[in-house]
Amino acid sequence: LLCKNELNDTLNNLCHWMKDEHVDKNLVTQLDSAFIRKDPYGVVLIIAPWNYPIHLFLVPLIGAIAAGNCVIVKPSETSKNTERLVAEMLSCYLDSDCFAVVTAGVEETTRLLENKFDYIFFTGSPRVGRIIMTAAAKHLTPVTLELGGKNPCYVSDTCDVQNVARRVAWGRFFNAGQTCIAPDYVLCSVEMQEKLMPALREAITEFFGSNPRESPDFGRIVGDKQFRRIRALLCSGRVAIGGQTDEKERYIAPTVLADVLPSDPAMQEEIFGPILPIVVVANMDEAIDFINARPRPLAIYAFSCDSKVVKQVLERTSSGGFCGNDTLMHLTLTSLPFGGIGNSGLGKYHGKFTFDTFTHHRGCLHRNMGLEALNALRYPPYSQQKLGLLTATFEIKRKGTCTLL
Amino acid sequence: MERMQQVVGRARAAFNSGRCRSLEFRMQQLKALERMVQEKEKEILAAIKADLHKCGHNAYSHEILGVLGELALAMDKLPSWAAPQPVKKNLLTMRDEAYICPEPLGVVLIIGAWNYPFVLVMQPLVGAIAAGNAVVVKPSEISENTARLVADLLPQYLDRDLYPVVTGGVPETTALLTQRFDHILYTGNSTVGKIVMAAAAKHLTPVTLELGGKSPCYIDTDCDLAVACRRITWGKYMNCGQTCIAPDYILCDPSIQSKVVENIKVTLQEFYGEDVKSSPDYERIINKHHFKRILGLLEGQKIAHGGESDEASCFIAPTILTDVSAESKVMEEEIFGPVLPIVTVKSVDEAIEFINRREKPLALYVFSNNKKLIKRVISETSSGGFTGNDVIMHFFLSTLPFGGVGNSGMGAYHGKHSFETFSHRRACLIKDLKMEGTNKLRYPPGSQKKVDWAKFFLLKRFNKTRIGLIALALLGIVAAVVIKVS
Repeated sequence: LLCKNELNDTLNNLCHWMKDEHVDKNLVTQLDSAFIRKDPYGVVLIIAPWNYPIHLFLVPLIGAIAAGNCVIVKPSETSKNTERLVAEMLSCYLDSDCFAVVTAGVEETTRLLENKFDYIFFTGSPRVGRIIMTAAAKHLTPVTLELGGKNPCYVSDTCDVQNVARRVAWGRFFNAGQTCIAPDYVLCSVEMQEKLMPALREAITEFFGSNPRESPDFGRIVGDKQFRRIRALLCSGRVAIGGQTDEKERYIAPTVLADVLPSDPAMQEEIFGPILPIVVVANMDEAIDFINARPRPLAIYAFSCDSKVVKQVLERTSSGGFCGNDTLMHLTLTSLPFGGIGNSGLGKYHGKFTFDTFTHHRGCLHRNMGLEALNALRYPPYSQQKLGLLTATFEIKRKGTCTLL
Repeated sequence: MERMQQVVGRARAAFNSGRCRSLEFRMQQLKALERMVQEKEKEILAAIKADLHKCGHNAYSHEILGVLGELALAMDKLPSWAAPQPVKKNLLTMRDEAYICPEPLGVVLIIGAWNYPFVLVMQPLVGAIAAGNAVVVKPSEISENTARLVADLLPQYLDRDLYPVVTGGVPETTALLTQRFDHILYTGNSTVGKIVMAAAAKHLTPVTLELGGKSPCYIDTDCDLAVACRRITWGKYMNCGQTCIAPDYILCDPSIQSKVVENIKVTLQEFYGEDVKSSPDYERIINKHHFKRILGLLEGQKIAHGGESDEASCFIAPTILTDVSAESKVMEEEIFGPVLPIVTVKSVDEAIEFINRREKPLALYVFSNNKKLIKRVISETSSGGFTGNDVIMHFFLSTLPFGGVGNSGMGAYHGKHSFETFSHRRACLIKDLKMEGTNKLRYPPGSQKKVDWAKFFLLKRFNKTRIGLIALALLGIVAAVVIKVS
């Protein structure tokens, strides 16, 4: 659905996005044509991850094609079935010279990166993001890195507990927690933790029934390595809800951990699984300090009936994006830029931002051959008079909103 | 290394204190910067003259005027640039607040270059301060007088912890680059650009690289040669050719080559008189290393004009080379000196092909009376920026983004583009904690009915008029109620 939205948005607006953007002129260029030309970069590489294997290659691909580039798509080798499907399917619908799919593991991807691309779009972990950017530096290739981190979710004492529980549980357990903007952990007071627990239990039952293992709506962990990694995080705080696992099925039950400490395993890395730790803080200020002491995340969530609390958390923290009183939803608005900051990434996309990401904005000035007399002020030989005239022009201009010269 | 850690650490602590976030504080710093430029004009012009032998007029118009303009623009527009921008919402978020909030990135590093030593640190600095960041300024050590001046002046006018100046050469810059910054803007050459980006990659730091290349200048047979040559002469020989967007070489039909040379000669006479060396308006090469490098490019070339030099004063006369071969040394690297090669091409097609076979340049110039031809060159080539029927001028229009592409760089700045380069555009969605009914659509357990309703709401298939929107909203509420009941 989200892909269709992006396609429709792009198809509806492409003519408008592609047009030369005429800009305001200053005094000297009044009679000229000044515009920003939208040029494609050339050959673009899109490296997609395994958690939303179609969406996360298709949405950037839409923007790259819209911007006029040729594209090489490298789907994740971890989501093998989708990888195969993309490789077979794309050539049936798109020009096979302009748009190619490369299936590759780590070694081959490293070799792929030795080639020169005109833009690289990568979605994945910060660790690999660094490797990608280092490889891009060798060719001065600009990059967009959509990475991750631990997305904090602050729940204030004044809130509708059941609604909060539902929205947080939905965001956390969607795709079995394997979502870059999933609420990674909750920060709240000890009283709120008490209230949240039964509410979360109720929400989980509402969504997945009394045995989530049998629910067709609850996912599994993508691979054995990831399963084992997430399972090891369970020894943090105490298991208040869930905690069951099955290695054969790579099933981890929707789990909530209470009284988690900042030093616990679940707080050392991005969880990327169906485990929700709750870390107790005394108040909002402590929550904000906790968040600011850590690398900037891809998303921050704050829940409160008091809009001032939500605004405070927003103003006193920094993150890729922010959603008040809900989780994940800022992703569905294509008019909002989607991207990280610091460790959680650089660059942004969705909607027009994808088009702009894959476009070189070229400043163009088309001047008149005539009216040469107007240029006289800039040519040598220079005299005190010329400088005086120049300064005088500048003085007059300062009072208005035009820029100088 | 430790010194760098301390300087950057102090800047970061100062940033974290939050004092540079308020608009009042930023305006105050920008005003102080403006006062500095106005009060210390003489000292600034003297430093630039000492570094580049640049006359007052040039130094003022190339460097000071530009900075004052950026400052005036930033102070005028800051409230509107920094304000949250509401965005278009969809049906599901109709009752919510959705906007983009521009926020500072944190601690920014600006590495300047020696050719326009003042404006190339100051112009980015204005944007970085306006965006609310702490800024570490590292002027080029090669333009040592200006570097020293900047290091002296900035602490006298600006907050000392937030905007420190670091001086030094390669070892100091290398140490500085091991620290973590939240954005790095580097002006210089591609080789060092790669080093800067690789260092930035370790910390996932976004970069803006203002690099260079060979900016081609195509002269069509259908054009006013006198005017074209005058404009080219101005742009090529200003600052003794040491301008990143100088027209590096000329492409033209062999039939007009000699006329081009004649016209440029006449203009040179007009500009600098009989004896260029004694003209106060002609600059010098920055140092002996570049002096020798540029002279080396003349080997084996047909010198149609100029060629004189004087090592003691790093003087190289305005020089024109004709019938230059594409494979010669002077066509391999960016000249960055007062040497203008002319390469002949038989048509605009050949010119376009020639340009496209090479790295994408920082600037591209075309002179022609034929508007269609100019449009064609723009469409069939790529470059950082472009000016038709003149040179350099796109740099002075701050509404145009100034930057390179491919080997000539990445990112852009000037005017509002500086503010955006140094800001994080944070997506913000503030929903209501109530109205849970409409959320039911998305919660498990899934059902075909839910998918159908979701399609109905989310797919932007048609242009919704206002009345249509209200009708849809009502339908939406009805649907939510229906699903809740069922």
